[in-house]
Amino acid sequence: MNKTVNQKAWFLVLPVLILVAFSAVIPLMTVVNYSVQDTFGNNVFFWNGIYWFEEMLASERMWNALGRQVVFSSIILAIEVPLGVFVALNMPKKGFWASFCLVVMSLPLLIPWNVVGTIWQIFGRVDIGLLGHTLDAIGINYNYTQGFYAAWTTVIVMDVWHWTSLVALLAYAGLQSIPDAYYQAAKIDQASRWAVFRYIELPKMLGVLMIAILLRFMDSFMIYTEPFVVTGGGPGNATTFLSIDLVKMALGQFDLGPAAAFSIMYFLVILAISWVFYTVMTNLDKRDAK
Amino acid sequence: MTDTSAAPGAASIPGDVTAAKPRTATAKRFRPNGSAIVMGLYLLFLMLPIYWLVNMSLKTNSEILGTFSLWPRNLTFENYVTILTDASWYMGYVNSLIYVILNTVISLAVALPAAYAFSRYSFVGDKHLFFWLLTNRMAPPAVFALPFFQLYSSVGLFDTHIAVALAHCLFNVPLAVWILEGFMRGVPKEIDETAYIDGYSFGRFFTRIFMPLISSGIGVAAFFCFMFSWVELLLSRTLTSVDAKPIAATMTRTQGAAGIDWGVLAAAGVLTIVPGALVIYFVRNYIAKGFALGRV
Repeated sequence: MNKTVNQKAWFLVLPVLILVAFSAVIPLMTVVNYSVQDTFGNNVFFWNGIYWFEEMLASERMWNALGRQVVFSSIILAIEVPLGVFVALNMPKKGFWASFCLVVMSLPLLIPWNVVGTIWQIFGRVDIGLLGHTLDAIGINYNYTQGFYAAWTTVIVMDVWHWTSLVALLAYAGLQSIPDAYYQAAKIDQASRWAVFRYIELPKMLGVLMIAILLRFMDSFMIYTEPFVVTGGGPGNATTFLSIDLVKMALGQFDLGPAAAFSIMYFLVILAISWVFYTVMTNLDKRDAK
Repeated sequence: MTDTSAAPGAASIPGDVTAAKPRTATAKRFRPNGSAIVMGLYLLFLMLPIYWLVNMSLKTNSEILGTFSLWPRNLTFENYVTILTDASWYMGYVNSLIYVILNTVISLAVALPAAYAFSRYSFVGDKHLFFWLLTNRMAPPAVFALPFFQLYSSVGLFDTHIAVALAHCLFNVPLAVWILEGFMRGVPKEIDETAYIDGYSFGRFFTRIFMPLISSGIGVAAFFCFMFSWVELLLSRTLTSVDAKPIAATMTRTQGAAGIDWGVLAAAGVLTIVPGALVIYFVRNYIAKGFALGRV
């Protein structure tokens, strides 16, 4: 849609600007403030330059947390995106069962995140959980508070359980927008099921899939509550992701300077990657509009 | 035929594709096929952990810890009674609902005009502003927890519902703007122009004509604000202590000296799922489009 140039539109945007500036810019400036200052206590701060940034960049702790975070987000995306698309392709198109699937699939998305953690904490326990008990009964040594692999598997399966539906719903919305005529043309051409997917469904889903990948990337990169409830970042530091480490540092040890420097770099990483996705997305939008 | 029937829409080809399809679904008999099995397994995977929670909430603690049973042997509602009769428990739900509703109202009120501006006009810095808004959706709550605490303490809003509602605006306002902009894009601009020619003022056009046109979009945006505010814990826990403590934080109470009160914990968990399940029922037909942020 070609838009009219109208500078007065700024007035319509102003409330949003003020509100978001209040809840984003002021806190962000506080963080910036902390990141360049040090204190001897009693609220006396002095200029510290980029010392904290240098320290954090040199600290193994941050790089390890970042490494775990990248591995986690990659595994999540690699499982959830194909699985979500696969589920969407198998969903009923209309009628009672379509609504039924939509409602049931949305359920995990609406559970408070710490309850998601609690559910899996209970579900995986060897003494009272269905999953833990079953695995134990068939002779698999499964203990997510002790074992490295068990902890990782639990956190990943939990995230797949929690968020695959989001990808599936997005892909489903994309599929719904494909006119029947496309399928008829494919049928006349005797296209294989794979060809239908590759040349009709996938291109049409690409836009929404980008949104799905963007959302899943952002949210998995910020994940805090669920692994915190289930594993508490353990065993050892095995599931201490960036947010968990950050909260530990800022609120647990009250190392404000390093934590603030950490926050800013963390935010910049998310920003940079999201910008790439966003640019790809808007370009897709433009291509579709033509 | 079994191969193509897996393709959505390919199985039923209407004679005249241009004709509007009847809204009421042709009640086909449910035939087991590949798709049904896949969906069945997936839904089972989704429901099992939830079922286990419900199952536990209906047992006594001694049964939970003593025997391993797939369904409650001595059905008890004791855990729910505990929660619904104790003010320190049920006020958690009330607090959560208050700030969630406040947040939804605030987010929609500011996002509606802004989304209209983004969808209809181009102005200096519009693209940068739009991306800047989105960056707030990307900001990790962990980064903001401490500054928020200090900010709201210094203005005297700590432990109030409005503080949490405002803090959640950080990610809900950008989301609402994004969703609403997507829906508004779908309304042809000619409608605006015709209304202005007919002598409608902006305010009257917006409330009388435009808002009803995108009512499904508003519903979806409200649903998403509700959802993300309801599920968030880190900020709401940091910004409250007693008076506005959300239910999610209240749940940590079950860890007492005598161990965890599993039954009550499970019952509290089940009760947090209920509001979401209720709202989802109302928006079920728009939910897929909403998750696509109106961009389908």
